[in-house]
Amino acid sequence: MSRAAVIAALAVPLLSAFAVAQAPPSGIGRAATPADIRAWGASVAPDGTGLPAGRGTAAQGQRLYGADCAGCHGDRGQGIGEYPPLAGGQGTLASAQPVQTVGSYWPYATTVWDYIHRAMPYERPGTLTVDQTYAVTAYVLHLNGILPADAILDDRTLPRVRMPNRDGFVGDPRPDIVAHRHQRR
Amino acid sequence: MTPLPDDPALTRRSFLTSGAASVGALVVGATEPPRRLGAPRRPYGERSPHETATRYLRPTATPDTASSRTPLQALYGIITPSALHFERHQSGVPDIDPAHHELLLDGLVDRPLVFTMEDLRRFPSKSQIRFIECAGNTSEDQVGRPGIDPQRSHGLMSCSEWTGVPLRTLLGEAGVSPRARWVLAEGADASRHARSLPLEKALDDVLVAYGQNGEALRPEQGYPLRLIVPGWEGNTNIKWLGHVRVVDQPYMTRDETASYTDLMPDGKARWFTFLMDPKSVITRPAGGQTLQGPGCYEITGLAWSGRGTIRRVEVSTDGGESWEDARLTGAVLPKAATRFSLAWRWDGATATLQSRCTDDTGATQPTREEVVAVRGLNGTDHYNGIKAWYVHRDGSVRHE
Ligand code: HEC
Repeated sequence: MSRAAVIAALAVPLLSAFAVAQAPPSGIGRAATPADIRAWGASVAPDGTGLPAGRGTAAQGQRLYGADCAGCHGDRGQGIGEYPPLAGGQGTLASAQPVQTVGSYWPYATTVWDYIHRAMPYERPGTLTVDQTYAVTAYVLHLNGILPADAILDDRTLPRVRMPNRDGFVGDPRPDIVAHRHQRR
Repeated sequence: MTPLPDDPALTRRSFLTSGAASVGALVVGATEPPRRLGAPRRPYGERSPHETATRYLRPTATPDTASSRTPLQALYGIITPSALHFERHQSGVPDIDPAHHELLLDGLVDRPLVFTMEDLRRFPSKSQIRFIECAGNTSEDQVGRPGIDPQRSHGLMSCSEWTGVPLRTLLGEAGVSPRARWVLAEGADASRHARSLPLEKALDDVLVAYGQNGEALRPEQGYPLRLIVPGWEGNTNIKWLGHVRVVDQPYMTRDETASYTDLMPDGKARWFTFLMDPKSVITRPAGGQTLQGPGCYEITGLAWSGRGTIRRVEVSTDGGESWEDARLTGAVLPKAATRFSLAWRWDGATATLQSRCTDDTGATQPTREEVVAVRGLNGTDHYNGIKAWYVHRDGSVRHE
């Protein structure tokens, strides 16, 4: 199922949205300020909504990756012990040993940016600047052969990166299993 | 639900006679030891030192992104004591001062709002008993390496009474735009765990909860504020909730794309598989326990379904040859753990104990083979196959 189909399938009848909007507010709570909203940082959608302005190169990302990421994820993104791999695995998803990485599995490059920005490096989440996040995202995509070594990423180009497994997802088909009533009388 | 007649194996009369006999023995043999005063009052209660059940913590190099499991075999009724509720954190348990915690509600709304904890408690509250289950619960059973006891096989499910304000109420305060289709919920944990939820669910039964089993949430359950998303995979029940943004599309966060998606044998993966299907487990007698010898035992366990209310639990003691209806004891509630019970007489032979539940939508549990035939062994979230425990001649009950 495409993303549009997922959205349509789960869409709310407009009526209910209006009904909620028309309930008279109680006046509890205060108006949010731009500072309240800024404090939560970026949340990024696949079409780029929410991406802050900025840019970074894969070359800058390589230096940052070596210093801040390689110790856990390996110098080529191969993963170390319980620290997951960030590269490789393309072509393995239908095998008995699937390797699910950014390169083989993740459908959107925006998710890579969003996750690194909110959650990595693991022991110091939230410390990467916007530009550093563009840079290290470019390098992780380069490690997967998705971007060239001289790639530059910014808020305009990141959403246009096409990930190898972009069409690898389908909606929830359940109930998908017929449970037979195993009862011999 | 209509009560089933008492099991003839264990009639009221046999309980009465054995009870009378033991009372007689006590009166005849008693010489009273000197009595001492007990312990004084205390401001916050603890369980008896004789009770030792704890959560199971699998050793890991990354304890901040890990889980702990509820000792289901040690529980009675349907409520999980807050101290034993399973955990799953992505970046540890934050220490949050509720006086400084706020919920921001923004995005496609007429009035972006900020609520303090005091504000949230001014809204009409709602309490509901609901289970939360990790999508990955029982995945070891699917891959054929079942846990040795109910805690290790099914312990990523717990059930509490949650109290809070419906998310629908807060969305009404802010005024939802007609363009809105989803909400993005974020936690105030270090890695800002985030999930997208369809607006339809947000307007249905999602609770912004501050209470758990009569007191404030435990820190590891999201103190001071969390989402309860009834019947849906645990990962969507955002803890330490600080931000809800009303949006027009799913944001495709890491935990709705790279994780919590179900890889199928053809290499395609299912996403947005939110619902937890009907599941049940016998918690006594179960793996890790020993029967004291042939005779009467209660077979009891828990059943739950994210689709609705448990209507029926059947139990087999002969490996699925025949099934008998168990009694549903206590409260039978939608999207809540439901206790079942069946009296059983063990004859001393090997026995295979299984339970199979059915909910009010008619959904029931398949066998492991039926699941694996369709879904294979790669995508192991959302598994709900029938569970078996094996009673051996020496009375030991095992997972194999
Ligand atoms: C201290 C070890 C450590 C460091 C340093 C670290 N990570 Fe991670 N990383 C982890 C762990 C552990 C996970 C899994 C987190 C989870 O599953 O909750 C992870 C997950 C990830 C993932 C998601 C992988 C997947 O397929 O789900 C990405 C992408 C990632 N890290 C990127 C980075 C980047 C980029 C850096 C450097 C800026 C970095 N990490 C630094 C430990 C680390």
